[in-house]
Amino acid sequence: MMEVEGSSTPMNRAPDHSSFLRSRRSKALYQFKQQKLPACKPVLTPTSVITVFLLMGFVFIPIGFVTLRASRDAIEIVERYDVECIPEEYRNNKLSYITDSSISKNCTRYLKVRKHMKAPIFIYYQLDNYYQNHRRYVKSRSDQQLLHGLEYSHTSSCEPEESSNGLPIVPCGLIAWSMFNDTFTFARESMKLKVNRNNISWKSDRDHKFGKNVYPLNFQNGTLIGGAKLDPKIPLSDQEDFIVWMRAAALLSFRKLYGRIEEDLEPGNVVVVNLMNNYNTYSFSGQKKLILSTSSWLGGRNDFLGITYLVVGSSSIIISIIFMLLHLKNPRPYGDNSWNKKSLSS
Amino acid sequence: MAAGSGRKRRRKLQLSKLFTLTGAKACFKPDHSRIGRSGFSRVVFCNEPDSPEANSRNYCDNYVRTTKYTLTSFFPKSLFEQFRRVANFYFLVVGILSFTPLAPYTAVSAIVPLTFVILATMVKEGVEDWRRKQQDIEVNNRKVGVHRGNGNFDPTEWKSLRVGDILKVEKNEFFPADLVLLSSSYEDAVCYVETMNLDGETNLKLKQGLEVTLSFREELNFSDFEAFIKCEDPNANLYSFVGTIELNGVKYPLSPQQLLLRGSKLRNTDYIYGAVVFTGPDTKVVQNSTAPPSKRSMIERKMDRIIYLMFLVVVSLAFFGSVLFGISTRDDLQNGVMKRWYLKPDDSRIFFDPKRAPIAAIYHFLSALMLNSSFIPISLYVSIEIVKVLQSFFINQDIHMYYEEADKPAHARTSNLNEELGQVGTILSDKTGTLTCNSMEFIKCSIAGTAYGRAVTEVEMAIGMRKVSALVNQSNGSRTEDAVAAEPAVKGFNFRDERIMDGNWVSETHADVIQKFFRLLAVCHTVIPEVDEDTGKISYEAESPDEAAFVIAARELGFEFFTRTQTTLSVRELDLMTGERVERLYKVLNVLEFSSSRKRMSVIVQDQDGKLLLLSKGADSVMFERLSENGKKYEEATRDHVNEYADAGLRTLILAYRELDENEYEVFTERISEAKNSVSADREALIDEVTEKIEKDLVLLGATAVEDKLQNGVPDCIDKLAQAGIKIWVLTGDKMETAINIGFACSLLRRDMKQIIINLETPEIQQLEKSGEKYAIAEASKENVMRQITNGKVQLKVYGGNSEAFALIIDGKSLTYALEDDMKDIFLDLAIGCASVICCRSSPKQKALVTRLVKIGSGQTTLAIGDGANDVGMLQEADIGVGISGVEGMQAVMSSDIAIAQFRYLERLLLVHGHWCYRRISKMICYFFYKNITFGFTLFLYEAYTSFSTTPAYNDWYLSLYSVLFSSLPVICLGIFDQDVSAHFCLKFPVLYQEGVQNLLFSWRRILSWMFHGFCSAIIIFFLCKTSLESQAFNQDGKTAGREILGGTMYTCVVWVVSLQMVLTISYFTLIQHVVVWGSVVIWYFFLVVYGSLPIRVSTDAYMVFLEALAPAPSYWITTLFVVLSTMMPFFIFSAIQMRFFPMSHGTIKLLRYEDQCSNSGNFEMGRQKSVRRTLVMRSHQPES
Repeated sequence: MMEVEGSSTPMNRAPDHSSFLRSRRSKALYQFKQQKLPACKPVLTPTSVITVFLLMGFVFIPIGFVTLRASRDAIEIVERYDVECIPEEYRNNKLSYITDSSISKNCTRYLKVRKHMKAPIFIYYQLDNYYQNHRRYVKSRSDQQLLHGLEYSHTSSCEPEESSNGLPIVPCGLIAWSMFNDTFTFARESMKLKVNRNNISWKSDRDHKFGKNVYPLNFQNGTLIGGAKLDPKIPLSDQEDFIVWMRAAALLSFRKLYGRIEEDLEPGNVVVVNLMNNYNTYSFSGQKKLILSTSSWLGGRNDFLGITYLVVGSSSIIISIIFMLLHLKNPRPYGDNSWNKKSLSS
Repeated sequence: MAAGSGRKRRRKLQLSKLFTLTGAKACFKPDHSRIGRSGFSRVVFCNEPDSPEANSRNYCDNYVRTTKYTLTSFFPKSLFEQFRRVANFYFLVVGILSFTPLAPYTAVSAIVPLTFVILATMVKEGVEDWRRKQQDIEVNNRKVGVHRGNGNFDPTEWKSLRVGDILKVEKNEFFPADLVLLSSSYEDAVCYVETMNLDGETNLKLKQGLEVTLSFREELNFSDFEAFIKCEDPNANLYSFVGTIELNGVKYPLSPQQLLLRGSKLRNTDYIYGAVVFTGPDTKVVQNSTAPPSKRSMIERKMDRIIYLMFLVVVSLAFFGSVLFGISTRDDLQNGVMKRWYLKPDDSRIFFDPKRAPIAAIYHFLSALMLNSSFIPISLYVSIEIVKVLQSFFINQDIHMYYEEADKPAHARTSNLNEELGQVGTILSDKTGTLTCNSMEFIKCSIAGTAYGRAVTEVEMAIGMRKVSALVNQSNGSRTEDAVAAEPAVKGFNFRDERIMDGNWVSETHADVIQKFFRLLAVCHTVIPEVDEDTGKISYEAESPDEAAFVIAARELGFEFFTRTQTTLSVRELDLMTGERVERLYKVLNVLEFSSSRKRMSVIVQDQDGKLLLLSKGADSVMFERLSENGKKYEEATRDHVNEYADAGLRTLILAYRELDENEYEVFTERISEAKNSVSADREALIDEVTEKIEKDLVLLGATAVEDKLQNGVPDCIDKLAQAGIKIWVLTGDKMETAINIGFACSLLRRDMKQIIINLETPEIQQLEKSGEKYAIAEASKENVMRQITNGKVQLKVYGGNSEAFALIIDGKSLTYALEDDMKDIFLDLAIGCASVICCRSSPKQKALVTRLVKIGSGQTTLAIGDGANDVGMLQEADIGVGISGVEGMQAVMSSDIAIAQFRYLERLLLVHGHWCYRRISKMICYFFYKNITFGFTLFLYEAYTSFSTTPAYNDWYLSLYSVLFSSLPVICLGIFDQDVSAHFCLKFPVLYQEGVQNLLFSWRRILSWMFHGFCSAIIIFFLCKTSLESQAFNQDGKTAGREILGGTMYTCVVWVVSLQMVLTISYFTLIQHVVVWGSVVIWYFFLVVYGSLPIRVSTDAYMVFLEALAPAPSYWITTLFVVLSTMMPFFIFSAIQMRFFPMSHGTIKLLRYEDQCSNSGNFEMGRQKSVRRTLVMRSHQPES
C-alpha cells in the first residue's frame, strides 16, 4: 500500500550540474529544492481499501459491544412530574397554578425500582424546551463578580439583572436569577433516604470560579422573582446546586445533577419522592423530569453510541466484503495488457 | 505619480495647441523652432548645476525608485491594497462590528486573526519591496566621474547627479542618466552604444557629438566649459530628441544622435564626456517603463466567484436564521404574558425585544453575519500567496531547467500564474531564437556554380530519420547526441570542405571568383569588430546573427575583417599573386541598407587600386533579376543549389557584384544626396529609386547558406507537448519554405499530415499587384483567402474532423485578411481543427493579434513563448508569456512572466511544474472551502438549536484560531509540496496534463462537491456529537455535558476530521507533511491544555475543560474516535469506488506504478498511455455541471 521513493530513484537524464550544486549544503536540502524528498505515497489500491474497512470493522464492533454494555449497565428511572404534580382543577390553567404563591406546591411521586441499582445513585432533574443556551441568557452573567463579589463592579454584562433598588445584585445576571427551585426529598418504605448534595459540581468551579468570600446580596429582591433564593450566609463556592445551575447546558433539553443517594436500591423497592413543584416551565410548555440513574465507567445510559458503533462496524465489514467480491470477480478494470508493447509515438 | 501624470496631460494639451498653429508650415527642422516654448522648456546649465538659475529650475535628482512603496506610503498603501479584496473588507467590517454589543464573540478574538493575516501579507509585501529597494540602492550608489571644477573628475554616486553635471563615462559602463554627448576618446567624438536593455537590439549603435564640442577631450578642458542646453521636456519617446546647445553665444541644434540614454552601455570606446540633461524619473527609460499588465490566473478569477458564492451562502443562512429568530423573539411576549420568562423579554434591549421583533431580527442578521464569518476562509489569500512564492522558488531551483552553459536557471518573474501553467491549451511560439538557437552557422555555399560544404543540417538529419523510422524505432536521444557531437569549433561556423579551407581555394579553378566571394562577405556588412587586446582575437558585433556568420566565415577562410572607421574598412587577405597575407583598406563610400522591402543590402567601396565596386547580397527573389547578361554564367547551377539549401532548411543569400565607373558613381552620389535631402513625403521612395538604378547589371558570384540550428531537444519537447494534447502554433517572420522545413525538423509537421496552405502567391493576385490598384488587390485577396479557408474546412470535414491529420500554414499577407473581423472566426475554426499551425512572415503586431484571437476565440489558456523584442506584444497578450533568456537581449524576458533558457525546458515547466501547481492550487482552494464549511456549518447547526440567538458553539478563541492555527498549515503544505505522481511519471505520461487543460480538478462540479462534502461532514459531526453527548451523565461521576463539553468535543472532531481529510487528499507524504498534519492536531490539544490553564478572566468557559472534564472521560475519546471515523467514511468509500471504477488519469497512473512496484516485472511501457488516455477521454465526455 505504501511505497517509498526518493533517494534511490535514478535521476533521469540529469547531467552533472556541479557548478549549480556548489551551493547545496546537504543532500536533504538538495532533495527539498528538487522536490525529491523521500516520501511515502499512499495509493488506494483495492487491497488497502479492503484492509482499511476490515480493520475498521474489527475495531468498531468490539468497541460497540463494550460501549453498549456500559450503557446498559447504567440503570435509569425517569419520572415526568410537571403534569402529574398539578391538581386536576388546575390542569387547564397550569400557569395560574404555578404563579399563585398561595397554593401549596407539594407533590408526591412514587418510583418503582425494577433492577438492582448500585450506589451511588445520581439524582437529576431534567428540563426540556429550555433555552439555557440562548445568547441573551448565556451572556447574562459576570464571572468576575462570581469570583470577586462586590469588588468587581463592571457587571454590565449581567443586564437586565444587574441591580435592583439601586443596589448591585450578587450573583447578578439572568442565569442566577432563574435558578431552578424545585426541591426533592426521598424515602424508601417510609425510611428517609439520605441524599448527598455535596460534590455535585466540577471541582474547578468550586475552587476557581466561585468566590469563597462572595455571599449572595440583594438577590431575588426585585419585583419579579425568577427562581431559587440563595442563603446569604453561605458563600457561593459552597452553594453547589447554584454552581451546577450556572454551568449552562448545551442544548434545550438538559439534565442537571441534584444529588446522590448513597444506598443501593433493590428491585421492587418503591421510592417515595416528596417534591415542591415551584419552577415555572408551563409558560413555555417545557417538561420537568426527575431521574434516578446509576453510572457506568462511560457515564449514563445512552445506547446510541454503542448501537451506531455496531452499525458502522458491521457495515464496514460488509463493504469490505463487497469490495473483495468485486475485486476477485474482475481484478483489473483499468486497462488491459494486450497492447503493452505497442508504441503510441510512431 | 499623480503629479507626473498631471504634468503629462498638461503638456499634451499644449502640444496639440501648438500643432494647430504650426501644423501647416513645413520647415526643415520644425521641432527646433519650438524650443523655449511650452513642451520644450528645459534649460540645462552645463557645468554649473549649483548656479542659482539652475537651482530655480528644481529638476528632480537622479534617484530612481522601482519600489512599490516608500517608507511613509507603505503602511496606508499596503493596507488599502489589502482591504480592496472583498473578503478582507468583509473581515474588517466584522472586526469593527465586533466592538458593538451585536457581537457573538469578543472583539479581540475577531481582530487577532485578521491582524495576523494582514500582517503576514504586509510582511510579504515588505520583503518583496525590500529586495527591490536593495537593487535600487545598488544601482543608485554606483559611481561615475563627475566634474567638480578645475578639471577634476571625482567619482560620485549616481543618485547625487544633477542636471547640468559633466560626466566622464568609461568603457563598458552604463550611462547613469540621459546625457548629451560632448566628446569621446575618438577624435571625431563618436562612441558606440549598446541599447540592449532599451530595445533588445544587440548591435552597437553609433552616436556622435557635435563638431563644436569635440575638442573637449581632456579633463582639464572642462574647467571653464560653459554651455546652455535648451531642449524638450521629459518624454517617453526613445527615438526623438530636440534641443539646442548654446556655446559662446552660438546655438547649435541637437538631435537623438547626441543623446546617450540611461540604461544603455558604452562599448568599444574608452571614455566619453557628456552633460546630464535628464535625471532620474525624467530619463527616457524610466518614462518608458510602464507597469506590466498584471495577469491573474483563471483559477484565481474563479476563486473570486467562489467567494461570492460563499457570501451568498452566509447571507442566506443569516437571513434564514433572522426570520426564525424574529418569530421566536416575537412569540416570547404575547399580550403581556411572557413565554420564556427566564429571558426576561419584558425588560430587554432592542436586540432581543419581542415588541420590536423585526428590528431585533435585523440586528440579528448582522450578528449572524459575524458568526458565519467562519465560512469565509480568512487566510485563503495570504496562504495562496505564500504557496505561490514557494512554488516559484521550486521552479527557479529546478536543476532540470537550469542551463549550465549560460548559467541561467528558470526564473518565474511573477508567481501569479503558476497554476495557469498546468492548463495551457495552445502554445504560440516564435521560431528564431526560440525553437532555434538564433546562432547562425555558415554551413554551405555555392561559388561559381560549385557547391561547397559537407556538413549535414538538422533538417536533413530529420528527413533521414523519417525515412529510417519506418523500419527501426530509433530512440530520440541519439539524434540529439549526434547534434551535440557535431558542435562546431568556431561559433557560427560549421563549414567543412577541404577543397577551399586552409587556403586550398587558391588551387580551385575559379579561384578569382572565390576570392571575390569571400571578399564580398568580408566587406559588405555593417558589423563592428572588437579586438580583444590581450589575445588579439577579434569578435564581431553584428546587427543580425546572419551577418556575424558571414564575417566569421570570411575570416575562417582567410579574409579577416579587423577594423572599421567612419569611412574605411580593413581586411587582411591573401594576395593571389604573391601568396602573402596583406592588409587591404577599403573606402566605404555608401551603404545601401537592408530593408524588408528591398530584401538586399549593398555597399559601394573603393579598393586600394582606386577601383569602385558595388557589392551586393540579397534574397534570390530580388537578386536573380538584377544580374547582367554576362553575369548569369552560373545562374542555373546556383538556382539549383539555392533550392536544395532551402529544402534543407537553410537561409540563403545570393552574392553579386559589379564594377562602377567614376561617372556613373558621380551621378549616383549626386542623386542620392538629392534624394536624401528632399523633404517631400516620398523621400524613401526617391532613395529606393536611386539605389534601384545602381543595383543592376550585377555579376553573380554565388550563394551562401546558413543554418539556424534547432535548439537541443526541441523535437522531443514538441512531441511530448503534442502528446499532452497541447496545440502548438508557430508564428515566424521566416519564409514559408523555411518555416515548413523547420516544422518538419522539430516534428511539428509529419509526412502523413495533410498540409492546408493559405497564401496569396497565386498568379491572379500577382497580376493584380502589378497593376497596382490597391483596392482591387485587397478585394481579390480577401476573397481568395476566404475561399482557401473554406476549402480547408471542407477538407477537414471530409476527414471527419480528425485534427491529428492536418496542418495549417498561412503567410503574413493572408493572415492580415484572415484576422479581419468578419473572417477571424471561420479562420479560427479551421485552425483549431488542425494539429499544427504555422504562420509565416508575420509581423509582431500580427503575432499579438493571433494570440488574442486564440485566447478569446477558443477560450483556452494560451502560452506565448519568444525571445526577441518582436515577441513582446505576443507575450503580454497571452495568458502566460514565457521569455527565452537567450541571445536577443532582455526585452522579451523583461515582459515575460516566466523566463527559461531553452525551449526544451518548456516541457518540464508545463508537464511537471504546471501540472503540479495546478493540482496543488485547485486542491488547496477546494480544501480551504471544505474545511471552513465543515467548521462554519457546525456553528450554524448549533445556532439553530439556540433558537437562532447566534450563540457560538465554541469558545471565542477556538473560533478565531481555527483558520489561523489549527487548519492552515497542512493546507499550505498541500499547496507547496503535494505531488500526485512524480516528475518522472508526469513526463512519461503527458496525457496527464489534460486534467489541467480540461480543468477537471477545478470544475464547478468538483468545487461544489467539495462544498457539499463539507456540509455533510458538518452535519455528521454535529448530530453524532449531539446525540452521543445527550442529556445523560458524561462521566462516571454523574456530571452531565454542558455547553463547553459539547463544544470541546465537536471542535476536536472537526480538527481531526479536517486533518484526516488532508491525509486522504495528500498523495505525497514526506516528513514535513507528517509533522504539519499531525502537528495541527497536537497543537489543538496543546492549546486546549494551555488555554484552559489560563485564569478564568482569559479562558472564561474553557477553563480547565480539557484537563478536568474531557481528558479523564472515556466517553470523550470514544465519541471522538467514532465521530471522526464515521465522518471520514463516506468520502473514503467514494474515493475507493472512484479509484476502482472511474479512476482519473493520475489515479490510474498511481495504480499502474504501484502494481509495477509490486510485480517488478519491468512491464511498464509507454503503451499504458492508452489506458490513461482512454480513461481521460471517457471522463472528458462526461457533461460538466
